[in-house]
Amino acid sequence: MGRGASKALWAIAGVLIIVYTLFPVAWIVSLSFKKGSDVQNQQFFPTEWSWENYKTVLDSGLFTSALRNSIGISLISTVVSVTLATFAAYAIARLEFSGKKLVLSMALAIAMFPTISLVPPLFDLWRTLGLYDTWIGLIIPYMSFTLPLSIWTLSAFFREIPWEMEQAAQVDGATPWQAFRKVIVPLAAPGVFTAAILTFFFAWNDFVFGISLTASDAARPVPAALAFFTGESFFTEPTAAIAAAAVVVTIPVIVLVLLFQRKIVAGLTSGAVKG
Amino acid sequence: MTTMERTVPSTVKPRVTDRARHERRLGWYLCAPAFFVMLAVTAYPMLQAVWLSLQSYRITDPQSRRFVWFDNYTMVLSDALWWRDVGVTVLITVITVVVELIIGFAFAMVMHRILFGRGFVRTAILVPYGIITVVSAFAWRFAFAPDSGFVNSWFGLDNYDFFANFWSSLMAISLSEIWKTTPFMSLLLLAGLAQVPEELQEAAKVDGATWWQRLWKVTVPNMKAAIMVALLFRTLDAYRIFDSVFVMTNGAQGTETVSFLAYRQMITRTAVGLGSAVSVLLFLTVVLIAFVFIKLFRTDLSQVRGDR
Repeated sequence: MGRGASKALWAIAGVLIIVYTLFPVAWIVSLSFKKGSDVQNQQFFPTEWSWENYKTVLDSGLFTSALRNSIGISLISTVVSVTLATFAAYAIARLEFSGKKLVLSMALAIAMFPTISLVPPLFDLWRTLGLYDTWIGLIIPYMSFTLPLSIWTLSAFFREIPWEMEQAAQVDGATPWQAFRKVIVPLAAPGVFTAAILTFFFAWNDFVFGISLTASDAARPVPAALAFFTGESFFTEPTAAIAAAAVVVTIPVIVLVLLFQRKIVAGLTSGAVKG
Repeated sequence: MTTMERTVPSTVKPRVTDRARHERRLGWYLCAPAFFVMLAVTAYPMLQAVWLSLQSYRITDPQSRRFVWFDNYTMVLSDALWWRDVGVTVLITVITVVVELIIGFAFAMVMHRILFGRGFVRTAILVPYGIITVVSAFAWRFAFAPDSGFVNSWFGLDNYDFFANFWSSLMAISLSEIWKTTPFMSLLLLAGLAQVPEELQEAAKVDGATWWQRLWKVTVPNMKAAIMVALLFRTLDAYRIFDSVFVMTNGAQGTETVSFLAYRQMITRTAVGLGSAVSVLLFLTVVLIAFVFIKLFRTDLSQVRGDR
């Protein structure tokens, strides 16, 4: 097999991967443009393309409030957990102290935790405390899986930062805290950003807490709202409307992926393989 | 977990200087918030779940709440439904993880070798990773559904209902899961592939090893650690499967999984005691899986940590 032929084979394999990844996305996009009874045409493409479903979805209060809830809840969880994790990961990567292992093994244990196990106690507790069906009621459990992820990703990133810079600052008379703020923070920003994207994806994707700990559109996030979406009429299954809603919530994710491809790959692999 | 470039040999006890003490204190201050939040959001509710699981308690009937010791556990463990759900969950876990390992490995090889359009392929592979599991489940459900789907007309299956029997439902659920999570697997494996020394490959080639021999004798042994990590992560994740089952079959045709059982007891039936017992048992199973993995592959995991 010549060099050229082998190159072509790899290229064909690459095309196959792209088909694999984009095919279901193309299908849901195509479905979302089907109008009325065209949904039942049993074909991949609509006979006539129409924006009708998008109008239905965006006019529906349930869906827009779900979008607001999801963005708000995911952003707040991300900011809080990445902030706390940044402090912890800095200490883990840079300082000598006992108990470092404890924090890391705890994060590892929690990362393996089946989220549904938290549902019964939280369901019971939140109803007593009045946190059921509120933003805070979701933000708190989201910490449980976003914190370990952030701590992991960040400590892997922080280990790559050159030690000498910090020591140089300390030799020049900076305290460890100043060395952290003035030297490490700018160097660490890209890692923090990557951890934030991964964390945001996790919170955005959650379904278990979303359906168990909410009851109304006061706090119900997008994945849960999609599963309970009824559309215009209760009598027809709103297949195409669900597809349109799915496309709307997928667009931001695809934009993030396109913009930060390199960072996401680095974050996913550094945390797990080198961690 | 962590490899420190600056490790103090334990035999030489250094004098505890002010600096060292300061450093230790700062370390704890910085870790404390994350540590206590993690403790508060998981350890405390887990203990609460254990406590609840020892009671007979339904939210709709608070008067008859009482302490029953291990009755809930004996009830769950003696019920055929629990064992059936465990079986289904194990089946889905094994099918998806094995298929993902094979496809993921192939994808990683392609991403490792491809020259033309490399960036594009690596971006495309992230799309399923970013998509909400519920959306993936809907896409596959609508594709297979006899009324809205195209699968039947493409394969000439007429009005075959994929969600009317166990095996075809299970296949649809597994497909959705595989599509969504293979990219994660392949990226972990790609990172492992990058660590296989190129000289070894060349040397094997010079010695006349075939492509297949090089794959099994050079590539796989050198990335064993990455494979183990990917397997551990995906197995634990697959065992918790919930979203796809909820959206695609809602547990019908015997496709209920353990997570779904816990959810149904808790939210649909509001049986707090029984639901908590199922949750605790699920948690213990996950701990067991993790323990087996780590015990079996201990050397490999420490290699991952040591290779930096």
